[in-house]
Amino acid sequence: MGNWVINYWLSVLFLATWLGLNVFLFVHAFLSYEKADKYFYTREILGSALAWARASARCLNFNSMLILLPVCRNLLSFLRGTCSFCRRSLRKQLDHNLTFHKLVAYMICLHTAIHIIAHLFNFEHYSRSRQATDGSLASILSTLSQQEKDEDSWLNPIQSPNMTVEHVTFTSIAGVTGVIITIALVLMVTSAMEFIRRSYFEVFWYTHHIFIIYFIGLGIHGIGGIVRGQTEESLNDSHPHRCAEFFKQWDNHDSYCKHPRFEGLPAESWKWILATGILYIFERILRFYRSKQKVVITKVVKHPSNVLELQMSKRGFSMEVGQYIFVNCPSISYLEWHPFTLTSAPEEDFFSIHIRAVGDWTESLIRAFEQKHSPMPRIEVDGPFGTVSEDVFQYEVAVLVGAGIGVTPFASILKSIWYKFWHADHNLKTQTAGHATLNFDKATDILTGLKQKTSFGRPMWDNEFSTIANAHPKSVVGVFLCGPQTLAKSLSKCCHQYSSLDPRKVQFYFNKENF
Amino acid sequence: MGQIEWAMWANEQALASGLILITGGIVATAGQFTKWGFGAYSIAAGVFVCLLEYPRGKRRKGSTMERCGQKYLTRVVKVLGPLSKNYYVRAVLHLGLAVPAGFLLATLLGTACLAIASSIYLLAAFHGEQWTPIESKPKERPQVGGTIKQPPSNPPPRPPAEARKKPSEEEAAASAAVSGGPQENPVLVVDEVV
Repeated sequence: MGNWVINYWLSVLFLATWLGLNVFLFVHAFLSYEKADKYFYTREILGSALAWARASARCLNFNSMLILLPVCRNLLSFLRGTCSFCRRSLRKQLDHNLTFHKLVAYMICLHTAIHIIAHLFNFEHYSRSRQATDGSLASILSTLSQQEKDEDSWLNPIQSPNMTVEHVTFTSIAGVTGVIITIALVLMVTSAMEFIRRSYFEVFWYTHHIFIIYFIGLGIHGIGGIVRGQTEESLNDSHPHRCAEFFKQWDNHDSYCKHPRFEGLPAESWKWILATGILYIFERILRFYRSKQKVVITKVVKHPSNVLELQMSKRGFSMEVGQYIFVNCPSISYLEWHPFTLTSAPEEDFFSIHIRAVGDWTESLIRAFEQKHSPMPRIEVDGPFGTVSEDVFQYEVAVLVGAGIGVTPFASILKSIWYKFWHADHNLKTQTAGHATLNFDKATDILTGLKQKTSFGRPMWDNEFSTIANAHPKSVVGVFLCGPQTLAKSLSKCCHQYSSLDPRKVQFYFNKENF
Repeated sequence: MGQIEWAMWANEQALASGLILITGGIVATAGQFTKWGFGAYSIAAGVFVCLLEYPRGKRRKGSTMERCGQKYLTRVVKVLGPLSKNYYVRAVLHLGLAVPAGFLLATLLGTACLAIASSIYLLAAFHGEQWTPIESKPKERPQVGGTIKQPPSNPPPRPPAEARKKPSEEEAAASAAVSGGPQENPVLVVDEVV
């Protein structure tokens, strides 16, 4: 338990803050609509469903604002770069950007459900009180617009007893945009399910771009002002606490109380999403600009198991170990960008990626490069973007575990170590066999004497971890994985198990890359 | 998008639509909305759609991840024959199930989502896809340490087993021709600048 806390305390703190803000916004909005005098008459018809709808709307605005931030890759890279003096654990949080994006998405789905259910009740209550003939306050309020035809006289959007809720939904901006953006949300979620995303990336990629419809719809969702409250002026001269019980006399000329006047709530969603929307647009423009820079392909290598290596160069491109780039090939598809880890070292004068044929796009790319008699296709590159492997040199001891094509980030690291070995002074430190278990001199992050012997087959992790723990009893060990989830679970468990409770003794920090 | 099996996405969409229909139906029935009869229908339709869509079909290429506990429903769905196997039938069925729920606001969203699922199933059917059940295989016990074998005797890049039977002088000549460095290629590499 103690090890879990050491590894995850910052994540827990961050999530607790986010959840806390959600709860606070929800409760604050709920109480505001449930208690305020401005909505006294509205509540007379709608009951608590008004507060539920508005509170969930507030949370929807908040989370819609947040959801764009974790996918601003360039912004995150910038933060990672400027925070190089920050604690390692702080920068590790930036690796979990996709996890946070998904959590926020789930919260949006939850609040969408609450919001829609609450509004279904609201519409039903409006409809019932419009059709009611019992002379209750609710029915009087609903017929207010019949006496005067001013803009501020009506409360109930259902203007006649024959109007159905379906009709109101599709003749109001809020209704139409609500239906459209909810359908967009459902489509985005179903195409982003892990199974679909991993197996049919293009479906996910293209469908997810309907978030544009979601955000535009969200921005204009509230401009109709269907949710109405009493005006300030009307509250002053005919306060509901005084006048509500005398509603039967509102028509009388000599009555102390006049008809209440109402105004619609202005749209507020756009205020929440404008800033991050602009930030995201800027991010996309930046990506586009970076991608337009010319990429020169210097070497193409075909490896066994249908793996293609592309060596390229681009003006002004500089990378760190283990970073990744997004690649686009306009002759295959104009719109698709696919991520690939860089397999070259920063010391080399080119950058390279290894591509394995796993789907339509990768197979087309490999086939295009195999054509001997046609010109090579043009490639566009965006990046590089940082992932956790940048931190590998910050650890005294690093254990790198790569499975299958997941060895690619570690190829970059090992090559970089090789170059550092050849260009650096010789401080002889031995390395153990098995994986690249390396010792670093903490003052300079250069290491030497790489004697790498590879073993074959699946390692027995318990043995490996206990050996490392015994060999480096006082070190901080970084364990880096690029591979499947099951391997992540066993490695993560070993990290917790073999980390000492004493912070001065051996500590294993587990880092996992994901795309 | 040649390799995409649309049915897989249609399945996720239909399952989501089923849940939305059930939710909308419960709201309308519990709240005793006007025309709540459509809500009651929607619950029944939603449950049927969920049960039909829960067992994931087998992918044509690669392994398919089963949903938790789906093997019990797979047996039932298999029995339905062309109703479950043929995606044209599923597309028409879903469209038909969706229409009555469209008359009530609470279940309207379910109608829209199920109609979209129906059209994706239609697309899948055009592409000749069909639903094949996932049969369960006996579980292999993982052997700890069993995968550790003798290392190969030659350094990378290693051609596949058949090519290794070629005379070794060819390989030696090829590797000698290419300049040294961390990467040695058995096949000549073309340097091209775009």
